[in-house]
Amino acid sequence: MLSRVANRIYWMGRYLERAENMARLVNVNAHLLLDLPQRVAVGWRPLVEILGSEDLFETLHDEYDERSVVRFLIGEQKYPSSIISALAGARENARTVRDIIPREAWEQINELYLNARKQLQSAYGQRKRYDYLNSIILGNQQITGLLAGTMNHDVAYDFLRIGRNLERSDMTTRIIDVRSADLLPVEGDLSPFENIQWMSVLKSLTAYQMYRREVRLQVRRADVIAFLFRDQRFPRAVYHCLCTVADCLQQLPHNEDALRQVGHLQRMISDLKPEAIDQQQLHRLIDDYQHGVAELNGLIATSYFWTGARAEASH
Amino acid sequence: MTIRWKDYKASGFHDELIRGGGRPRDAARFLTRWLSQLKDDEILERKAAAELAIQVMGITFTVYSEEGGSIDRAWPFDIIPRVIAKQEWDGIEAGLRQRVQALNLFIDDLYHDQKVIRDGVFPRELLADSVNFRKQCIGMNPPLGVWAHICGSDLIRDKDGQVYVLEDNLRVPSGVSYMLENRKVMKRVLPELFEDAYIQPVDDYPSQLFDMLASLSPRVVEHPEVVVLTPGIYNSAYFEHAYLAQQMGCELVEGADLVVDKDDCVYMRTVDGLSRVDVVYRRIDDLFLDPEVFRKDSIVGVPGLFRAWQKGNVALANAPGCGVADDKVVYAYIPDIIKYYLGEDALLPNVPTFRCNDPIQRKHVLANLDKLVVKPANESGGYGMLIGPQASKRACQEFARLIRNDPRNYVAQPLIALSTAPTLVDTHAEPRHLDLRPFILSGRDMYVTTGGLTRVALRKGSTVVNSSQGGGSKDTWIVDLEGH
Repeated sequence: MLSRVANRIYWMGRYLERAENMARLVNVNAHLLLDLPQRVAVGWRPLVEILGSEDLFETLHDEYDERSVVRFLIGEQKYPSSIISALAGARENARTVRDIIPREAWEQINELYLNARKQLQSAYGQRKRYDYLNSIILGNQQITGLLAGTMNHDVAYDFLRIGRNLERSDMTTRIIDVRSADLLPVEGDLSPFENIQWMSVLKSLTAYQMYRREVRLQVRRADVIAFLFRDQRFPRAVYHCLCTVADCLQQLPHNEDALRQVGHLQRMISDLKPEAIDQQQLHRLIDDYQHGVAELNGLIATSYFWTGARAEASH
Repeated sequence: MTIRWKDYKASGFHDELIRGGGRPRDAARFLTRWLSQLKDDEILERKAAAELAIQVMGITFTVYSEEGGSIDRAWPFDIIPRVIAKQEWDGIEAGLRQRVQALNLFIDDLYHDQKVIRDGVFPRELLADSVNFRKQCIGMNPPLGVWAHICGSDLIRDKDGQVYVLEDNLRVPSGVSYMLENRKVMKRVLPELFEDAYIQPVDDYPSQLFDMLASLSPRVVEHPEVVVLTPGIYNSAYFEHAYLAQQMGCELVEGADLVVDKDDCVYMRTVDGLSRVDVVYRRIDDLFLDPEVFRKDSIVGVPGLFRAWQKGNVALANAPGCGVADDKVVYAYIPDIIKYYLGEDALLPNVPTFRCNDPIQRKHVLANLDKLVVKPANESGGYGMLIGPQASKRACQEFARLIRNDPRNYVAQPLIALSTAPTLVDTHAEPRHLDLRPFILSGRDMYVTTGGLTRVALRKGSTVVNSSQGGGSKDTWIVDLEGH
């Protein structure tokens, strides 16, 4: 298969997943803010920080107020990870591989982008924001299902799943990071709210029900961390995503470097001790993990996409 | 109400299906009789079926806009086919073979000894002025000595019924995918008429194309790697590029997918690594093909591709430089060119063409500007043309000045009254003007499509057949009444 086509499909998968998870990320913060008392409310700045996008944000806005951050994360065209930019990226990549993906998939992706853009204003007000974000999440779920059910499960499909799962694991760690220590002030007694907060993280990942089925205990920090990082059955858990990436890589030629890096990341996750790790250590681990994903992305690009000569197709 | 041929009048023009008084031509009789049996709602039903088929099959041409993304417009199509008797078509086909054979000999000669110039048949100064002559190609010997592997020639018919060649497209002629898809649509819409095997099939074009391309391979291997090189999704003919690649089972590549390595061979970048390419069916103009040799700002080309071709490590179809034979001034010499190389008279006539570089012919042109069509040599798509009978006095004076200043750059032709064919308007048929573009393949053997792409001007009285300007198309039936 042509490298260009593989590259575009990989990024189509990543961008779609990024849009969905960005919607989840905004959702979790909104819920968190509703659950926390005013005196400990952290506002919206942490969201921009865990995405590592403060520099760009500050060139566009003076304050980290709700309105600015929400605009930035959802509708900012200059920010390549905003929902609108991610959907535009998915659409441009999908357009160039229209002969590889089923026609309906292209139509759905096109429509998701056009609708997201048309309804953008409704995302900025609080009242309709949840509906807007939910429609992004469901729209991507629909595309995922359509591709699973109608596209040949061939090499192209492997690249799609690699892109989707790498992006998903990265974003799952960012969503967990919203709840991470150095972002939340430890002043006063937060413990009454502890459970509520972890519950909102679970819910934003559509993980609450599955967590209850697996864990059957009340919502506890260590259990949630164990579940979201290490679970092998929940499809948004980091470890599960890595296993999927490894499975797909197994189907591809000269996969040694990329597989080695996946193994490295898998060990990083399975060595994690949920009971012992404090919030700062967790935050550092998440950082390390995200760097590891970036490295894996680079290895995949060198092995399959010839991106030395054509970096323009990626970010 | 139904289609009543007695009411159908194409006065002043040759009609492809109907003679005077509503009587059908022999080859079209089975069609017109069948059509006149359809009731209004049946006609509309068939028309809707065609539109649906076009939508479902995804036959589109692309117009891109940043706002709405790419708009794939449905291909405008008329369900009444254009019919040509096989006996007549055989003559046209022979004429096309003769013509393209001579054109290839002419191109090869221009890049070698230029005998045609030394023998005084073709003026040297015209070659010096040609924007499509590539001096980089001098001395090249493409495989099988063929330069123009795929040619699309536009045919028109005048009111006396005579078929003329209007122009030859030797660079990147397009439209063949629509010819193939039109037939598929018709088989869905009017299946009854295909039951009698009068209508000659068209669908072996992709395999003929593939075999021809594969025969150019510089490597003797069982499965040469043939690729279709497209400028990309924003090109208006992208549908066709993707379609032909798919039909031939080839990779559709963009310039950045190909790389010329230190061994001067062409490779494509795949997830398995570099993979050797033998034949490139390029749908990119010469000037954008290789930034090392032609336009340096080309981002759709492949650096080193020309070098690989010069070394004989890859075949390019069509060969670079073959466009030298399709400018309007060369056109005027084609009957002489056929005579010179083949010792035969042209079987298919040119539209009579006056060359303004000849003093006597120029005098005639200047005296009759209001009756002639004047064309510059090196423009295409109807740019910079004067249509005398429809032009103002001032425009004629302006052209007289242009011709006097640069006579070699102009030719003039009488205005041809394009033939018509019945075309569905609501539930009845009206005459609309059309042309025909057959495609001619040249490799070890030659192949001519059975018929070609009929383009029709859907607007009443219009002779503009381009799809971007209100043109559509029809299926083209070569009908064998003698039974086989």
